[in-house]
Amino acid sequence: MSEKAVSAALLEVRGLTVYHGQLRALDNIDLAVATGETYAIIGANGAGKSTLLRTIVGLHEPKSGHVVLDGRDITREAPDRRLAAGVALVPEGRRLFPSLTVEENLLVGMHKARPGTFDMKRVSELFPWIPDRRKQRASQLSGGEQQAVAICRALLANPRVLLLDELSLGLAPIVVRRIYEVLPALVAEGLTILLVEQDVAQARQIASQVHCLLEGRTSLTGRPDEVTAEQIEEAYFGVGALPVSASAADPGG
Amino acid sequence: MEWANAIVQGIVTGGFYALFACGLSLMFGVMGIINLAHGDLAIIAAYVAIALIPSTHLPMVWAFVVVVPIFAVGGYVVQRTLLQASLDRSPFTTLLVAFGMSVIIENVLLEVFSANGQSITIGTLITKSFSLNSTITISYFSVIVLAVAIMVLGGIQLFLSRTATGRLVRAVADDREAAQLVGANYRHVFGIAAAIAFATVALAGLSYGMLTEFVPTSGVTTLLFAFESVVIGGIGNVWGTLVGGVVLGVAQQIGAQINPAYQILAGNLVFLAVLAVRPRGLFGMRTA
Ligand SMILES: Nc1ncnc2c1ncn2[C@@H]1O[C@H](COP(=O)(O)OP(=O)(O)O)[C@@H](O)[C@H]1O
Ligand SMILES: [Mg+2]
Repeated sequence: MSEKAVSAALLEVRGLTVYHGQLRALDNIDLAVATGETYAIIGANGAGKSTLLRTIVGLHEPKSGHVVLDGRDITREAPDRRLAAGVALVPEGRRLFPSLTVEENLLVGMHKARPGTFDMKRVSELFPWIPDRRKQRASQLSGGEQQAVAICRALLANPRVLLLDELSLGLAPIVVRRIYEVLPALVAEGLTILLVEQDVAQARQIASQVHCLLEGRTSLTGRPDEVTAEQIEEAYFGVGALPVSASAADPGG
Repeated sequence: MEWANAIVQGIVTGGFYALFACGLSLMFGVMGIINLAHGDLAIIAAYVAIALIPSTHLPMVWAFVVVVPIFAVGGYVVQRTLLQASLDRSPFTTLLVAFGMSVIIENVLLEVFSANGQSITIGTLITKSFSLNSTITISYFSVIVLAVAIMVLGGIQLFLSRTATGRLVRAVADDREAAQLVGANYRHVFGIAAAIAFATVALAGLSYGMLTEFVPTSGVTTLLFAFESVVIGGIGNVWGTLVGGVVLGVAQQIGAQINPAYQILAGNLVFLAVLAVRPRGLFGMRTA
């Protein structure tokens, strides 16, 4: 227990810097997600949100910094090992296997499953239409349905931390609402969630902590009730975007 | 009746082409590798058989039992080392590496075995045949090869569609990165696909060496026929490959019936015609 006290966070990112070629996509990012927490990363297009999640699961190699899961440094581990350790990503754009059926997509999601509460029966409770559609090819589903299957595919691995990259991308508001409705049930089961969202209102509503990225840097962190809409707007678009400081030529840095 | 004979012989040859082609199709479908050394690998299998089997005093047909597993293991190893290292660089590097492998294999075979034609002699089975009627006579061995081709293709189809590992192979072929996200070690999956491809190419090469005489450079022609079968049938479709092989075989036999000089030409023309009308092949399905 004493070790847990040193690092109460389940997932921690320390001083993470990531390059895409010459471009510094992330610059010295720190964050800590506590067990059972829902943590939201917000930021404009190109801020580095996806790069952050993809680096956490091992799809990008950081220039420097560490990814730590429950006190264990997993920075050098391959993506498949990180899944086995308990980090699962629902990637931007769903990324289902188009030529596989719904059921096959879910079965593939289970092939390195850790022991846990999520099985076929449990995910069918979350989205009751899934059993009827299980023989359909994933490519024949609508965007919202694909997003639901993508979430289930990740859940079936029984992760400790679920990373969600822009669930709402390209979906109608009503569909987005239906998908976000299942998240509280997941949190209630003890799942820790790190999500990326461009929709600030959605993020503030669901998260216990928001973390704003601006051009690869942390521009704001805090509890949703601590930060004001103005602060978020400033952190989201950068100082230069605000009429008040339009004369401030130096973007700071 | 000569035409009927041409068609029957074409079908039997087609089975043989399909056996050659399925490994090529698998490597391209799963890893995106155009294995230009595919035909040469088949010829290696034939040479390995004539180099190894006589010293074991086993009947030559045992070559299948000995060489095919060696090739499966070899396929896994080559994929995990040389081919994976090339893929990590770029698809173009991989193409060049495969081409380089082809050149090296042919030269080493020439050096070791000379350019004299050889064949794997399996005794009287190769000359036995049966007659359907007065004009159609079929060799037993080519019917066996056709049957083996159908079993191999059926086996691959079942493996891909019914087993957990086969499902993973399809997932990796669809989206390598997403497969990593669900915990797949895609390099290992690539190795499995290569092991199957190499095993089938060994089968094809041994059958080839039993059916006809071969020289170190025979791989080039066999690669061409395998490639045409895959493209005619449609990439990524197991049964399409069989149909592709049969279409090619029948076209060649009909061409030869018109004029023996037209055999290869007729096959190439049908290949080009299919490519022009259906660029994805007769059964190509790689459209989401
Ligand atoms: N694989 C990549 N190669 C090169 N540049 C990339 C790659 N992925 C992202 N980028 C660039 O990195 C920056 C951050 O991208 P990303 O993390 O996708 O942002 P976000 O998800 O916040 O929209 C962008 O400028 C983007 O163009
Ligand atoms: Mg993104």
